[in-house]
Amino acid sequence: MSGPRVGLFVTCLVDLFRPTVGFAAVKLLEEAGCTAEVPQAQTCCGQPAWNTGDRKTTQAVAKGVIAAFEGYDYVVAPSGSCAGMLRVHYPELFVADESWKARAEALAAKSWELVGFLVDVLKLERVAADYAGIVTYHDSCSGLRELGVKAQPRALLAGIGGLHLRELADAEVCCGFGGTFCVKYPDISDRMVSNKTKSIVDTGADTLLAGDMGCLMNMAGKLQREGAAVRVRHVAEVLAGMADRPAIGEARDGGEGA
Amino acid sequence: MEGSTSHDFKANATRELANADLRAALSGSDRTFVAGRARVVANLPEFDALRDAAKAIKDHTLANLDHYLEVWERRAREAGGHVHWAKDTAEARAIVLALCKRAGARAVNKGKSMIAEECGINEMLEANGIRPVETDLGEYIIQIRHETPSHIIAPAIHLTKAQVEKSFRETHTGLDPARDLTEPRALLTEAREILRKKYFEAEVGITGANFLVAETGSSIIVTNEGNGDLSQLLPRIHIVLASLEKVVPTLEDASTILRVLARSATGQEFSTYTTLSTGPRRADDLDGPEEYHVVVLDNGRAAMLGGEFHEMLRCIRCGACMNHCPVYQAVGGHAYGWVYPGPMGAVLTPALIGIEHAAPLPNASTFCGRCEQVCPMRIPLPGMMRKWREREFDKGLTPRPARQGLKLWAAFATRPRLYRFVTGLAMGALARLAGRKGRLRRLPLAGGWTRYREFPAPEGRTFQAMWAEKRGRP
Amino acid sequence: MSAEVPDTAKSRAAILGAIRRGLGRDGAPTRAQREAPETRLATHPRNLQPARTAGADHGGLAHLFRHYAEAVQATVTEVADMASVPAAVADYLRRENLPARAVMAPDPALDAAPWAETGMLSIRRGKPTESDEVSVTSAFAGIAETGTLVMLSGKEHPSTLNFLPETHIVVLSADRVVGTYEDVWDRIRRKMGGAVPRLPRTVNLVTGPSRSGDIQQTLLLGAHGPRRLHIVLVG
Repeated sequence: MSGPRVGLFVTCLVDLFRPTVGFAAVKLLEEAGCTAEVPQAQTCCGQPAWNTGDRKTTQAVAKGVIAAFEGYDYVVAPSGSCAGMLRVHYPELFVADESWKARAEALAAKSWELVGFLVDVLKLERVAADYAGIVTYHDSCSGLRELGVKAQPRALLAGIGGLHLRELADAEVCCGFGGTFCVKYPDISDRMVSNKTKSIVDTGADTLLAGDMGCLMNMAGKLQREGAAVRVRHVAEVLAGMADRPAIGEARDGGEGA
Repeated sequence: MEGSTSHDFKANATRELANADLRAALSGSDRTFVAGRARVVANLPEFDALRDAAKAIKDHTLANLDHYLEVWERRAREAGGHVHWAKDTAEARAIVLALCKRAGARAVNKGKSMIAEECGINEMLEANGIRPVETDLGEYIIQIRHETPSHIIAPAIHLTKAQVEKSFRETHTGLDPARDLTEPRALLTEAREILRKKYFEAEVGITGANFLVAETGSSIIVTNEGNGDLSQLLPRIHIVLASLEKVVPTLEDASTILRVLARSATGQEFSTYTTLSTGPRRADDLDGPEEYHVVVLDNGRAAMLGGEFHEMLRCIRCGACMNHCPVYQAVGGHAYGWVYPGPMGAVLTPALIGIEHAAPLPNASTFCGRCEQVCPMRIPLPGMMRKWREREFDKGLTPRPARQGLKLWAAFATRPRLYRFVTGLAMGALARLAGRKGRLRRLPLAGGWTRYREFPAPEGRTFQAMWAEKRGRP
Repeated sequence: MSAEVPDTAKSRAAILGAIRRGLGRDGAPTRAQREAPETRLATHPRNLQPARTAGADHGGLAHLFRHYAEAVQATVTEVADMASVPAAVADYLRRENLPARAVMAPDPALDAAPWAETGMLSIRRGKPTESDEVSVTSAFAGIAETGTLVMLSGKEHPSTLNFLPETHIVVLSADRVVGTYEDVWDRIRRKMGGAVPRLPRTVNLVTGPSRSGDIQQTLLLGAHGPRRLHIVLVG
């Protein structure tokens, strides 16, 4: 294949909880003409340490990511939050270390969130998928505000046969996940996610989509606790035509998944 | 830190989350402040460029702050004003008290001033037998309820109409108990009539300042009610309380910042009253104060210059950050435990009272970034909250469980092979634990999560394990 | 007597010292360091101004002024000349069921109107008292950008007239409507004169009648200042 060589930054949550999203990302990248590879030396982007104020540990994690990915034409993550970490925050990490700063900046310049990459870099206008249902879409904060991911998923979703998008009232308001925030301040996080699930249910949609596993697990967990019959999926699953598996946190019909 | 409960943010927040009145009171913010801002921003194509211009003005001013303050002081004095400098709140209180005593003041009219809150002016006046009368409607309401402001521009935003009505009935005992106060208009009229009488009784009027203009030696206040104007025009003495970063070079510079201030704050194109005060009344003026004093307060701000929190000094106190903050909207302003709530408070409070007294505040954010998105002065609020978190981590102020969890996580995150092995086992176990249900109702060590939500189970094997198998790479 | 008020020279020195340390300066700013701020103060350059009033002629500015003033609940009547002002004021008061009695600024600019001839208005000149319900003043300028009135304090215009009575009627000559705030600053500088213009004690920029949203975010007019702001635009 002659397309760009893309290193898939799987993200820890997709790797551990939702491999389907990783395979969906590979499928989308390959169908768009890329060579997708998955370096084994990846774990996490380092946000837990970075958001706790532990710069040293963050640097250690980031150096591993930079070394594993700097040989690719692009680094793509199915997450606005992790891609934002690579693109926006890695260069801030190494203020005193010129050589690592340069490597971090080089990596940042070629790091993308998956759907943003498909639309803005690969100029993808349509995906070959169908989805029968009414979906609503939550704009995850980092993707939206750090990377400007807003129109791209909507553009691709608009081309999917059978899919109706019904916009969420507070689509740009945080769902209350915030990484460690949701366990540090569970009561506040609960109020935020409760507001969010109310808006979701109010749309009458049968499916909720977003581009970040953290937010999705938060909203799925709350919707299920509330007994709401809304299915929750990563947008890549729908775009890749892989929405036939059980949704996030949904009961499976047979054996162990995947 | 006396008077602050910022260190107790978590308990404060839990208390406020259970407050049904707060929830009802804040529920309208989206329709008013957020929608209002969006509407006026859409009506002004230059809005973002004006934000850039406003930021540049403040950056330039801060880089020459000593000079602009000295020019402002000189011109204020040339216009007949008196300038007093206060290193801290105790000095500010002493100056205000001395001025009030010299005037023989028994009552003081107050326009809304966050610096007065920071300095505890009301408590000081009361302790000295001088009656402070808050004239801003919201400030008046919380004064009769013995509360503090919960928002920097809407001090009583945490209260419902019914709570206001109850407080009025309890306080305004001389009025007909059968009067109808169901309409907000009736409450306003009652407050207006009561405060009207008080305006004429006070010997001193205290206001804050949105700007000090170096070019003209003026102070500027921006209000909607007109109370700040009556407070400063009717008494014999006008005292302005201003923190030192309020100075701007010229009237043109003030205009640029004014263009983004009201739009960001209340969603108005311009506030109703923008008032420039320069010195005391002139010889042939028919009204206005005979004396004009400005107290310039530092209280830790000069120490922020040139440091990691320098950019916070650009803040113009519009409140857009808290209007758009999902955490503030959930817990309200009182949870933050000191004068300044919301994202701007989470950055400013630790700088003014010490991070050891306000450690939870910079952590009370999901870093959703909405505050920075709307800040008219483009202050990188989440980035500065993160800088506070770094300081906390370095000083050992980060709570133990977080430190230990992070250490354990780091041990795996920096060792990919070990990480793959352990996570592979753990996810398999979790998936088996969840069984066909696909989710967990309870999970050890994740009580904060499962108290309120189901925990979605992993699909089973990790992506890395399956990928290695499918693509045959090690 | 004034000895009771603390002398704050020491605190002043400490604060300026702390600022200079923060800015990395050894002492007071050098001549070179003062140059940029001094130039800015002397030339007061305009920053970006919104284009919404750019290029509008007198009529266009008056039209925009009215549009933005009405958007903030001010009311506007247009009359051809000063001779028509008293009748317009009397009409307005009648329409609003207000007493035909007003306290008016002792402003020569208002003298051109035949107040006595209307015969229906009782006018007192001077500053307001608690019992005055209606005030009449002129304005130094109107700003089209946001429908803002500009009032300067002085012997011809006590500032309390702008705030105390529940109804404020402003007579604004259409040729006094400018585009932006910056246009007004230049006019004030010209009026006051001198190398460093001394502003009047109080400069009020008034945009619509008084309002408050402090009771559960319900917008109410007439919080402390006027509940009604009526503008008679002349010419």
